Amino acid sequence: MPEPLLEIRMLDAFYGDFQALFGISLAIPEDSVVSFVGANGAGKSTLLKSIAGLMPGRRDAIVFRGEEIGDKPAYEVAKRGIALVPEGRRLFPSLSVEENLMIGGQLGREGPWSLARVYELFPFLFERRHTPATALSGGQQQMCAIGRALMSNPRLLMCDEISLGLAPIVVRDIYARLPQIASAGITLIIVEQDVAQALKAADRVYCLQEGRIVLQGKAGEVTREAVSAAYFGV
Amino acid sequence: MEWINTIVQGILIGGLYAMFAAGLSLIFGVMRLVNIAHGDLIVLAAYVALVVVETLGINPLMSLLLVVPVMAVIGYVLQRTILNRTLGDDLLPPLLVTFGLSVIIQNALLELFTADSRKLNAGPIETASIEILPGVSLGILPLAQFVMAVVVIALMQMVFYRTGMGRAFRATSDDQPVAQLMGLDNRHIFGLAMALSLAIVAIAGVLLAVRANFDPSIGPARLIFGFEAVIIGGLGSMWGTLAGGVILGVSQAIGAKIDPGWQLLAGHLVFLFILAVRPQGLFPKVQ
Amino acid sequence: MHAPGFRVAHSTRSSRFGMAGFALLVLALATAPFWAERSDLRLFAEIFTYVALASLWNLLAGYAGLVSVGQQAYVGLGAYILFGLAIFAGVNPVWTIPVAGLVSAIVAIPVAFLIFRLRGHYFAIGTWVVAEVFRLLAAQIGPLGGGSGISLPVSTVTAIAETRQMREFLIYWIALALLVAILGLIVMLLRSRYGLALTAIRDNETAALSNGVNVIRTKLVVYVITAAGTAMIGALIFLQKLRVSPDTAFSVNEWTAFVIFIVVIGGVGRLEGPIVGTIVFFLLRETLADLGAMYLLMLGVVAIAVMLKAPKGIWGYLAERFGWELFPLARRVEQRKD
Repeated sequence: MPEPLLEIRMLDAFYGDFQALFGISLAIPEDSVVSFVGANGAGKSTLLKSIAGLMPGRRDAIVFRGEEIGDKPAYEVAKRGIALVPEGRRLFPSLSVEENLMIGGQLGREGPWSLARVYELFPFLFERRHTPATALSGGQQQMCAIGRALMSNPRLLMCDEISLGLAPIVVRDIYARLPQIASAGITLIIVEQDVAQALKAADRVYCLQEGRIVLQGKAGEVTREAVSAAYFGV
Repeated sequence: MEWINTIVQGILIGGLYAMFAAGLSLIFGVMRLVNIAHGDLIVLAAYVALVVVETLGINPLMSLLLVVPVMAVIGYVLQRTILNRTLGDDLLPPLLVTFGLSVIIQNALLELFTADSRKLNAGPIETASIEILPGVSLGILPLAQFVMAVVVIALMQMVFYRTGMGRAFRATSDDQPVAQLMGLDNRHIFGLAMALSLAIVAIAGVLLAVRANFDPSIGPARLIFGFEAVIIGGLGSMWGTLAGGVILGVSQAIGAKIDPGWQLLAGHLVFLFILAVRPQGLFPKVQ
Repeated sequence: MHAPGFRVAHSTRSSRFGMAGFALLVLALATAPFWAERSDLRLFAEIFTYVALASLWNLLAGYAGLVSVGQQAYVGLGAYILFGLAIFAGVNPVWTIPVAGLVSAIVAIPVAFLIFRLRGHYFAIGTWVVAEVFRLLAAQIGPLGGGSGISLPVSTVTAIAETRQMREFLIYWIALALLVAILGLIVMLLRSRYGLALTAIRDNETAALSNGVNVIRTKLVVYVITAAGTAMIGALIFLQKLRVSPDTAFSVNEWTAFVIFIVVIGGVGRLEGPIVGTIVFFLLRETLADLGAMYLLMLGVVAIAVMLKAPKGIWGYLAERFGWELFPLARRVEQRKD
């Protein structure tokens, strides 16, 4: 069994005195698409933030490609090939579309993704490349944010609630492009409240509730009913 | 004619004021910090130039080659050791720490160099001038200083908007955590910004030292001139800052012409007037 | 008002002890002219003025979030009002002190209108500019000595009290009375609705605004009160010195740097801080003052070290660790005892 790309070992996370994650453990193999689902406040975003290095943590709680990175700050984690598309897009308002993409790539990591290739994936970004990034529509901003994350040529790409606040047709459009990204050798973690979309896109699904994993399995084997039950804690 | 001369001199010194302001607003733009010790750092640069000139015997303008890197390094170290620890939502720590720095620099200089007035001699360039109109002559040195100010501001614009470092500055100032996700170490970014600011301070300090007498106590006034130039010109706009500096310089010159005791007061009153009627400044950058 | 059955209580056991002790101390100090040396009286009076100045600065910065490095504007304004009225209107200098407070309060309103347009750090420098303007204007007033200043004429000096001893006693008592009045006013302000508003503003201005707190008016009230208090202290200080000049009246070092140092060391945002800070400041001064510029340099170093390592100051540390409290400023909801 090849070494998993990412291993989480008994991860706890705290916001001050409030505990958001309780002993999360899982392993994510390379070249897979994994989805975390759960209600608001279940801890999905916290989990992504912990992996990305935005939350303080135990050194051995997160192991990426065999290296313990649990206590590393975000810019160190990014250097190792983990990219996060944050919840709410969070493009840089002072930068244009192209500048947002360029800053995504400023680590200079080797890989197939470049400005040209991102424009190929999202052609409209090229047309609007000199516009201030926050002047784009919600769906366009989301794609720009994904493009920005891709520019760092990550091995692991994490997408936090990319469907949030977007019209269903826009969401379908975005999800339609994910296979292109996954096939280029990137492992994907998708955090979603939209369970149907998550089950369609992922190989494996984890359901979180109040900071714990309450259900996990192959996307094909897990039924929607089981997920709904786990989601709401019924 | 005399009035035209006065206004021209005011414009030229406005360039120097704009340079005082440029370093100040760079730091504010990147990390929302106003460095109260800014003026004292300009004076520090002047004294560093003094030491360089006296030990190496070179022309003050040549000393820039040493003073600029020295001040830049001081800026980086200062930011990483002390000032980075004060950044956050609370106003008080950076304000009080930089105020403390101001007191420390002034008194250290006082101890080392005494309160005597000093001035650096740049040679014959100081008295050279060209007559552009009958009765109106432009000193070569003030003119060169103005040109340098314009060049510095143009370079800063270029760095901010055309380079990777400038992109990093803007991104970090927009959203620190997400900038970190891009691989940017904000401690380092802030250090670079302060280094750049103090490089500009170094140039301003040397030009100040050559232009007029200086002593350890004149720092706060330079801070105030820089600050007034920023507010008059408008926050966020580099060229606005140049305009602000010029307006301040001209106001002071006109005030001085009316009565020497009115020089500073005239500048302050124009500043307060602009603050009253157009608080966003004359050329604010619309974000 | 309060829901039936509940009331808001302010005292804690600690503050009851503290208040009792404080009252005794004030009584003891009031009798000082009868047991202390002349030089000690001057020292005490100086300490009182610094505690008052620091408490006012603390109110402005620590509670209202208005960090000013220009309060020397009002110290000097108060001083010049005293000298102006005493010399030109022949008013007994003692009575000019409250007038100085009143006039400064009025002057503070348009000043606030101007500088409130600036935010945060830029506000701070704006206050400095205002102080500079006051200083430059004062230097333009020929009849008051212009740039070199003026001394109080002998006739005015004797109008305060006949003998030098009585004058010194009187000035001492005024200093003590002013301090107690200012501290009392601050405590009352903080216990009132304004105090609640200030705490809300200090914690989160936007949230306070959206909860109906009139942020601008609250800040204005605090700014004006601080200006008035500072001016009265300024008048008193220069009454004691018997001489005023623009550079001394509007000195950044004496009226801002030292005050900031005191508040930072003692603890910002707590009323007890300035008292502790002043004591430390004067202890340092008595031991180190011969060092001249080095002394100021060390003050700066200590202030920075405290700000970085113990941002809540000495009292802040003690208060958090042991729950001490001198002034009854806590707010607790209690059952009514009827």
